[in-house]
Amino acid sequence: MRELFNLFKSFFMIGAFTFGGGYAMLPMLEKEVVTKHKWATMEEISNYFAIGQCTPGIIAVNTATFVGYKQKKNIGGIVATLGVVTPSIIIILVLSGILEYIFDYPIVKSAFAGISVAVCALLVQALWKLAKSGIKDVYTGIVAIVSAVVSVFFKLSPIIIVVACAVVTICYKFILDKVKGGKKQ
Amino acid sequence: MTLLTLCWEFFKTGLFSIGGGLATLPFLFEMGERYGWYTVSDLTNMVAVSESTPGPIGVNMATYVGSSVCGIPGGILATLSLIIPSIIVILIIARILEKFSESKLVKDVFYGLRPAVVGMLFASVLSVFESSLFNGDFLSGVDLSHLALFAVLVLGVFKIKKHPILFIGIGAVVGMIFSF
Repeated sequence: MRELFNLFKSFFMIGAFTFGGGYAMLPMLEKEVVTKHKWATMEEISNYFAIGQCTPGIIAVNTATFVGYKQKKNIGGIVATLGVVTPSIIIILVLSGILEYIFDYPIVKSAFAGISVAVCALLVQALWKLAKSGIKDVYTGIVAIVSAVVSVFFKLSPIIIVVACAVVTICYKFILDKVKGGKKQ
Repeated sequence: MTLLTLCWEFFKTGLFSIGGGLATLPFLFEMGERYGWYTVSDLTNMVAVSESTPGPIGVNMATYVGSSVCGIPGGILATLSLIIPSIIVILIIARILEKFSESKLVKDVFYGLRPAVVGMLFASVLSVFESSLFNGDFLSGVDLSHLALFAVLVLGVFKIKKHPILFIGIGAVVGMIFSF
């Protein structure tokens, strides 16, 4: 029960302090899930993101379901997911009357501009940690660079990138094993 | 009746939009057009607000659109309908992964996918930089006050390992004081 409460609380915080879509939750996720509660490693988070790119729904929601399931099976997945969406529901419903006007106030605009700069700084660190957990050798280095290039310059859909990387990696490992096996014989 | 239609539409959106929050946008446009619940310019406003309020964009948009169509129940039910398909799909995948987590094939695939996620994150960090530090795009020049705050915060994030909330708070306060 306590664990479920903690899952809800952590994901509530993650939902409340994620500014922007998808990846913007990574710094909060890293702090709450990886560092503080040790519910998952950075590698696992990275795996969840990869799956989230190719499955239906919002990536933040998918990641919450994964982490929750890992701790407390189905009920954990549901509780963590409800946790991550609750702040949005509360904030939007409470503020929906004034939301369209509140951003006309210069002070509110300034605060959010400052927050978006802070999010940039936090993302640099998140990217650094993700890179440390994902780039282990020359092959993974090449995969990272190629994925970055095709995303930036060709705006290739993440699904295509994920599927292509999976297929290429399976082939690469297969050939590698053959070569190694061949040497042994 | 509208509430039921709303739930059904958001359930479909949750089931078919692949790749994160903004992928739900085309569905939201279509919904507005088909049912006349809101106009394109209403939706554009809702998207702008959803991008700046805390929480994942996709969830914010669902709550906002739902509440604009059917009030508070609409907001809650639209959001729940949106997330139900992905909860079901992920719970199934999580169960399968658990079973095959020791399989060599699964390990190999993720070994190749993790760096791909790094590459894709790099791309999306670039576009966040563009809008937050460079006045909208890289060619229009860097915003010096934003860049200065960014440099200090990067140093802070790496040197003192405090909670991200602290840095978000600092960003908000500095933004207000120096009217960013």
